[in-house]
Amino acid sequence: MGYREIEHTADWTLEVWAGNLAELFSEAARGMYALSGVRLAEGGRSERLVSLRGDDLESLLVTFLTELLFIGEQEKTAFDRFDLDVDGGALEGTLGGAPIAGQSKEIKAVTFYNLHIDHDPHGYRTRVTFDV
Amino acid sequence: MNVKDLRPINEYEWEIPASYRKDMRVPVRIFATRELLEGVLDDKSLEQAVNAATLPGLVGHVLVMPDMHQGYGFPIGGVAATRYPEGVISPGAIGYDINCGVRLLASRIEAQAAAPFMDDLATAVDSYCPSGVGKSGGLSLAVAELDRVCREGSHWAQQEGFASEQDLRRTEAGGRMAGADPAKVSARAKQRGRTQVGTLGAGNHFIEIDRVDRVVHPEAARIMGLEEGCLVVQIHCGSRGFGHQICSDYVQSFQGAVQRYGIQLPDRELVCAPLDSPEGRDYLAAMHCAANFAFANRQVLAFHARRAFEDVLAGKVHNWHLHQVYDIAHNMGKIETHTIDGETMQVCVHRKGATRAFGPGSPELPEEYRPIGQPVLVPGSMGTASWVLVGTSASMQRSFGSTCHGAGRTMSRSKAKQSVRGDELRRTLEAEGIHIRAGSLAGLAEEAPQAYKDVDEVVETVAGAGIALPVARLVPLAVIKG
Repeated sequence: MGYREIEHTADWTLEVWAGNLAELFSEAARGMYALSGVRLAEGGRSERLVSLRGDDLESLLVTFLTELLFIGEQEKTAFDRFDLDVDGGALEGTLGGAPIAGQSKEIKAVTFYNLHIDHDPHGYRTRVTFDV
Repeated sequence: MNVKDLRPINEYEWEIPASYRKDMRVPVRIFATRELLEGVLDDKSLEQAVNAATLPGLVGHVLVMPDMHQGYGFPIGGVAATRYPEGVISPGAIGYDINCGVRLLASRIEAQAAAPFMDDLATAVDSYCPSGVGKSGGLSLAVAELDRVCREGSHWAQQEGFASEQDLRRTEAGGRMAGADPAKVSARAKQRGRTQVGTLGAGNHFIEIDRVDRVVHPEAARIMGLEEGCLVVQIHCGSRGFGHQICSDYVQSFQGAVQRYGIQLPDRELVCAPLDSPEGRDYLAAMHCAANFAFANRQVLAFHARRAFEDVLAGKVHNWHLHQVYDIAHNMGKIETHTIDGETMQVCVHRKGATRAFGPGSPELPEEYRPIGQPVLVPGSMGTASWVLVGTSASMQRSFGSTCHGAGRTMSRSKAKQSVRGDELRRTLEAEGIHIRAGSLAGLAEEAPQAYKDVDEVVETVAGAGIALPVARLVPLAVIKG
């Protein structure tokens, strides 16, 4: 399970891999926060229930990450604990996080560019490109 | 892709024939010198242009400008026209930052006379114009008021005392796109937009105080009020989270539309819908809301820049007024009339990282600009020159009245961060006499001049190709970034 940044001339691309879908979505979120330099405050932790739908897994991943961007901008909150259940086009779960203490860069949007969630015997792998 | 896959047309133009890939509907035409072209062969720009050439309803060529670079789905520097109304509209081919664009304000303030106050000017502009990641701090509008911004654009700003009649006249589309319908915008987009009118944002957005370094087209410069040695101000930003959310919403909902309309695409980011379909009409109406938001946003920022100039320079220089030269979009979809292969038709011109560049005589231009063509604003990378150009008759015939929009990135953000330190870059630029106000040193490093092409070369290319004519070169004195 992990993520790494892939070279992109103008935007940011993350490669993410994990043993199952819930971990893949969680790692994608961690990678996105890392790219934008999000730092969480020490205290003020909170939990939030999420329930999202998508036409397929890729659409669900875009929806999930877009939801996190929205919460980050509007509520200045980010998450570092993910207890997710991802099944087909549905995501349910609990996010644990804290207020954003600092953020160095802005992500405008999560794109569908070349987005495929691939599955093989080792697990799941994808690349997500962000507009910055 | 290899350079052998491209057919040279002349020194500044290349073509990828429609036979290159069987799903292409039209050829791709690239405006570039051989050197600029070779510089992008390693990234995905040309592959993305080929993908764009598969959109249903395309006419003419898909065009790529010399500041091209890899984007997401559609290349940056790309222009594509689809026949109206049966062709498609693609939100991803316009971009998330709908109506990202540039405004240029000019003055008769001699840079030399203002030099002792430049640091104060940079501080004042920085403090009046909120910038930075996720920043609000502009106006706080009720949803009904935001709906007015959506419908009225810069005209809303004028009614609120932020704009003059000349500002509106010298803004693309008069600062107001017709057909904007706030009912087609999600509640979430409105929530984001409510507090973001009058904010700069982060990334590559900036306000820059420049000196007119060189005038190369005196007649056009005179009409625009550009004088060598005098100060000008560039404002580069767009529709902020409001536009990002509208694009995100429609790219997501169009995933289903392509299936309903049986459209096959090589990349899901290119999703589209027929312009005359309910989905296409809804997006157009929402996109126009974001376009109007962006016009209003740059107008309010211009108001604050003028306030900063007055606060710092009143009584110290003879005339501190900033008059508007032009405000132009470079991420936009517009319904325009063009003549293609001898046939005059209405098309939807998608410009993503490309600037409209209408030639002399265009009825859409303010009267004073009709003899010279539309002003085109081409910001360079941070710390380097920028250019003012005008559109030409050739741009109308060969590029759907479009030209380049900037220098264009050549180095990834991660490589820029590895090779440039934000604090060192700041010191270097300040040693060159450029005053820097930056919210994020990491963000500063990513926008380092080394990460961009040479804007002079880009401008020489569009001038050589005949799709714009240089008017004046600007050099930076102060840069304000989020």
